[in-house]
Amino acid sequence: MSIKISNLSHTYSKGTTFEKKALDDINITIERGEFIGLIGHTGSGKSTLIQHLNVLLRPDTGSIIIDGEDIHADKGRLKAIRSKVGLVFQYPEHQLFEMTVFKDVAFGPANMGIAEDETRQRVEDALAIVGIPPELHEKSPFELSGGQKRRVAIAGVLAMKPEILVLDEPTAGLDPRGRDEILGRIKEMHEKLKLTVILVSHSMEDIARLVDRIFVINHGKIALFGPPAEIFAQTQQLETIGLSSTQAAYVAKHLQEKGFKLPDGIYTVDGAVTEILKVVRG
Amino acid sequence: MLKITIGQYYHANSFIHRLDARMKLLCTIIFITVLFFVGNFLGYALAAVYLAIVIMASKVPPKYLFRGLRAILFIIVFTTFLNVFFTQGEDILFAIGPVQITLQGLLNAARMATRLVMLIVGSSILTLTTTPIQLTDAIEFSLKPFKKIGVPAHEIAMMMTIALRFIPTLIEEMDKIMKAQMARGADFDTGGLIKKAKSLVPLLVPLFISSFRRADDLALAMEARCYRGDVGRTRMKQMKLAMRDYKALAVMTIFVALIFALEYLARIWGIW
Ligand SMILES: Nc1ncnc2c1ncn2[C@@H]1O[C@H](COP(=O)(O)OP(=O)(O)OP(=O)(O)O)[C@@H](O)[C@H]1O
Ligand SMILES: [Mg+2]
Repeated sequence: MSIKISNLSHTYSKGTTFEKKALDDINITIERGEFIGLIGHTGSGKSTLIQHLNVLLRPDTGSIIIDGEDIHADKGRLKAIRSKVGLVFQYPEHQLFEMTVFKDVAFGPANMGIAEDETRQRVEDALAIVGIPPELHEKSPFELSGGQKRRVAIAGVLAMKPEILVLDEPTAGLDPRGRDEILGRIKEMHEKLKLTVILVSHSMEDIARLVDRIFVINHGKIALFGPPAEIFAQTQQLETIGLSSTQAAYVAKHLQEKGFKLPDGIYTVDGAVTEILKVVRG
Repeated sequence: MLKITIGQYYHANSFIHRLDARMKLLCTIIFITVLFFVGNFLGYALAAVYLAIVIMASKVPPKYLFRGLRAILFIIVFTTFLNVFFTQGEDILFAIGPVQITLQGLLNAARMATRLVMLIVGSSILTLTTTPIQLTDAIEFSLKPFKKIGVPAHEIAMMMTIALRFIPTLIEEMDKIMKAQMARGADFDTGGLIKKAKSLVPLLVPLFISSFRRADDLALAMEARCYRGDVGRTRMKQMKLAMRDYKALAVMTIFVALIFALEYLARIWGIW
């Protein structure tokens, strides 16, 4: 049971002067229940890649097999695939349209043809997960703050109960507390429900804290992949493609250069604290 | 999707591209007007040759030019049909019941179709070789004389510029919202008329909201930079007529003279 992306290429505006090869021969395999981080600089093709995962874009060449099914094969299966793969867009608050928060979150489940009681339950659960209190349920989504809107929009996807959750920079522009809260909830769901999560983020700190495995994408190609400890140790490579390692990794590296006997593979703050304390206390 | 421009400006470096937008606008208007005076086939042939030369000089691949025709294919077919079947005339070629096909009908149909095709291709050359901004500047310039009678030339041009500037943005935005709603299972393609209209709500509401927000932001940004309308405003790019513009005008004049000469001769010789 997995997501298998093979030889995926995608070119925008093919055959015009604005032709742009956004993805170039991508090969990725993701196992069920993994928490994946996808990083890359602006315009590297992250959003393009994840839009293929629920058939919003079609590949020029290559295929995506999810649980043994080629998702681009059968148009009749679109809805089923889109409810299985939940995609939270970059700035999802721009998609809100209903009269009330509740109705907006119910839009997805209603489209899936889910019964009313069940929809009600799902909406309430989803809004609880993202931390929207019940007194806001009947408000207009346009009266909420930016951060609250974002949460409602995320709930709109969660209410569809996807098995694979894909998030495109879900915390861009949120305050640190809101960011930690939302990411914490997602991590929780990942652990409790064995949800497969693919997180696109520009925050190396968030990625380092959360994910099991990282794919680094550069100019539409997979440049590096592996567990965070491996990826964040390759400071040089990350920097040449316009990214960086985590703060903690840099601190650890500087300390090593200054002669501290720290082990390799430190990339989170917690990890760094433990290791440094070990050295300092002997 | 991302870089759609209205009229599909095709970037190239050609004689036609470098011409002053005002001159191109003038020549296009002359060309279109002249087309309506042409009645004989020699004239059409000359116009076609002229158009072909301009197309070659513009370095725009013909594929782009004729793409615009697809949109009006129906109109061409429809007028041809009307002309063929409903023109009264003496030289009846054959008749099926009350419907007669006459020589005059066929000729009229051919004239009309040629005229329409040339009209579209001719004006496409203008929009393909002139950026929307240059074009609105040219329109503002040509509306200036009407300012005295209360035509808000500057405001019209500014509105057009802004509209043109935001069409690609809106298309991009629409694409994004559409995808986001499709990811939530929205279905824009199937169902009857009412269902389809209803399915547009999740698309249009966010689109309107973002347009209003954009309009607000833009107004604020313009005010912050002291925009006060037309009065005392100077341009970053001054429009200046160069030698090539006069050359183009000369060629155009020769073309017009030839067309009218041909038309005169055709009358004398009795060519269709
Ligand atoms: N609809 C589109 N039409 C044409 N080109 C596009 C379109 N969407 C994206 N592109 C181009 O494809 C490339 C990849 O874009 P993509 O949105 O996937 O980048 P990204 O990695 O998500 O960047 P960011 O971090 O800024 O979100 C970019 O060069 C972009 O200009
Ligand atoms: Mg993106």
